Amino acid sequence: MKTGSALSRNWLVFYAVAYMVFLYAPVVLLPLFAFNDATIIAFPLSGATTKWFTVLWETEALHSAVENSLIVALSTSAISTLLGATAARAMARYRFPGKRGIVGFIMLPLVLPEIIVAVSLLVLLMQLDMELSLWTVVGGHVLICVPFSIAILSSAFQGLDSSLEEASFDLGETRWGTFRRIIFPLVLPGVISSMLITFTISLDEFIIAFFLTGTDVTLPVYIWSQLRFPTKLPSVMALGTILLALSVILLILGEWFRQRAAKRQGIEASATGGFM
Amino acid sequence: MTGKDPRAIIRMQDVTKFFGSFQALKGITTTINEGEFFSLLGPSGCGKTTLLRMIAGFDEPTDGAIYIGDEPMAGIPANQRPTNMVFQSYAIFPHLNVADNVGYGLKRKRMSRAEIAAEVEKSLAMVDLAGYGKRAAHELSGGQRQRVALARALVMRPKVVLLDEPLSALDKKLREQMQVELRQLQQSIGITFILVTHDQEEALIMSDRIAVMFEGQIEQVATPEQLYRHPVSRRVASFIGVMTLLDARATAQPGNTVRVDIPALGTVDLPAARVPEGIDLAKVEKIGVHPEMLTILQDEHETAERVVEAEVASRSYYGDMTYYSVLLPGANAPATISMRNTFGRSVIDPGAKVKVGWGQDSIILFK
Ligand SMILES: Nc1ncnc2c1ncn2[C@@H]1O[C@H](COP(=O)(O)OP(=O)(O)OP(=O)(O)O)[C@@H](O)[C@H]1O
Ligand SMILES: [Mg+2]
Repeated sequence: MKTGSALSRNWLVFYAVAYMVFLYAPVVLLPLFAFNDATIIAFPLSGATTKWFTVLWETEALHSAVENSLIVALSTSAISTLLGATAARAMARYRFPGKRGIVGFIMLPLVLPEIIVAVSLLVLLMQLDMELSLWTVVGGHVLICVPFSIAILSSAFQGLDSSLEEASFDLGETRWGTFRRIIFPLVLPGVISSMLITFTISLDEFIIAFFLTGTDVTLPVYIWSQLRFPTKLPSVMALGTILLALSVILLILGEWFRQRAAKRQGIEASATGGFM
Repeated sequence: MTGKDPRAIIRMQDVTKFFGSFQALKGITTTINEGEFFSLLGPSGCGKTTLLRMIAGFDEPTDGAIYIGDEPMAGIPANQRPTNMVFQSYAIFPHLNVADNVGYGLKRKRMSRAEIAAEVEKSLAMVDLAGYGKRAAHELSGGQRQRVALARALVMRPKVVLLDEPLSALDKKLREQMQVELRQLQQSIGITFILVTHDQEEALIMSDRIAVMFEGQIEQVATPEQLYRHPVSRRVASFIGVMTLLDARATAQPGNTVRVDIPALGTVDLPAARVPEGIDLAKVEKIGVHPEMLTILQDEHETAERVVEAEVASRSYYGDMTYYSVLLPGANAPATISMRNTFGRSVIDPGAKVKVGWGQDSIILFK
């Protein structure tokens, strides 16, 4: 018996390691080649250099792509967090007919293939004769980000004891004052977490941005267009490295804020879901 | 209670509440006096919280009116009523420290920072938490949270403080201590308190008057002693203290007395003062006896108004008291008798034949 369980444990360890390698090896390659002093992406590595980062710095088209991406990501994060907050609040506080169905529909883009979302939005915009721009991208991104906002914020709003609001009201405060002094401070970490995570999602998103944008491209679309030129590959690697670092930092920050929101309300953070 | 009582601070007139088709309150009419410690007592689901929330202004009655200090409260929201609530969960704002919690309501009044700080400190001192202002909410024990919630209500100088089962989250010892403290505090500041509880002992210990509620109606409003000694109905009696019910029949006698015939004890004539108003004698089937209103006579010197022979069935020993289950002749269920284990009194073993003493005062007649 003993040997049997030891054997299966060994297999489990092996499986776990193989899984991690499969998942993260490509990610590790990114910074590796970003600092590699060669235009060809292949082993063996030549020497260390930061020149690919310098190339990035000097590329004008890249700058406008970064600017576009920031506009889209910031707008998306603000709009979807606002919408997510109102929906999370309604889900936590009110009972109304068709609630389950409505919530289901709002959360649906979470599992819908992005290509479907992108194509159908494109068809719709064409029908409406609307011009493609960064704002149509924002619209598409909001659609896929709102479910994430709701998932993050509903744990913040659900944890909010309704007697806190009543206590505030009972002590002479108005509805708006209660929102400002009680509700908002208590869900603020959740709001920040939602903004960081939706910002990251929007920044990284390619398919919708590719389909719905006009002449202005976002960063992922720009990167894709550069992949056609082999000489630009190392600098794309450098760009990817920067994006990777930024995403990881934002996600960690987002999760940290989410857990702080739970802690403020005195709840065990791990018990309230979340993405990490 | 139709005339206006000068001492009244809250009047409720036919207060009715429907939740959909379910009627939670079925016409509550009562008056609560200024400076009174008033309790709403009743089993779970009888509508105590519903009534309290309507006094606070979180909910409006479907029908009927509530007056606080002569002003009708219809349409006046909770933030404009002269009442403050201590919530069952205490509802301490978790992101504010103790002083900011207590001073929360004062910030809306036109008061300087120094004035607020002084009021907060005074209020904290009142609940024995002087110097705790800088503590964070999560650093407080259950009892301290309860005190902060109370200080936060008192600092507003409300006409009425509303408390919804404020002690139910505390352990037994702390709860007993807080019952006494809360009562003393209320007495010293003289503000009207309305307490919701389903703990009859708590209501008896703390209240000036108690309203006993069943299924959305008030069945009796009385002082603790009246309620204990003269419950108007079997429902009320069964809710207050321990009581043995014995079969009985009642008949009117000339001279306004009532003859009560109890097969297990004997026959006794009760004076008019001991008979509840509006009783239908023909419908009396049971009378009640509290455990301390029967005694087990232990030697020849002890006497009682009336004596019956009985047998001890079992006993529960509590140190200072012993509760005996005693089989009275002809009774189908045993009666409970409590005896203080005073000097010279020995504990009686089950199976012993004993003499049980009782009297006219032992008997409680219900409507
Ligand atoms: N918002 C509501 N919607 C529907 N029914 C309600 C609502 N609030 C209370 N009720 C019902 O009204 C009745 C009285 O409730 P209430 O909370 O006043 O009881 P309670 O006497 O305070 O009981 P407990 O001792 O358990 O707190 C209950 O049957 C309850 O189910
Ligand atoms: Mg209740």
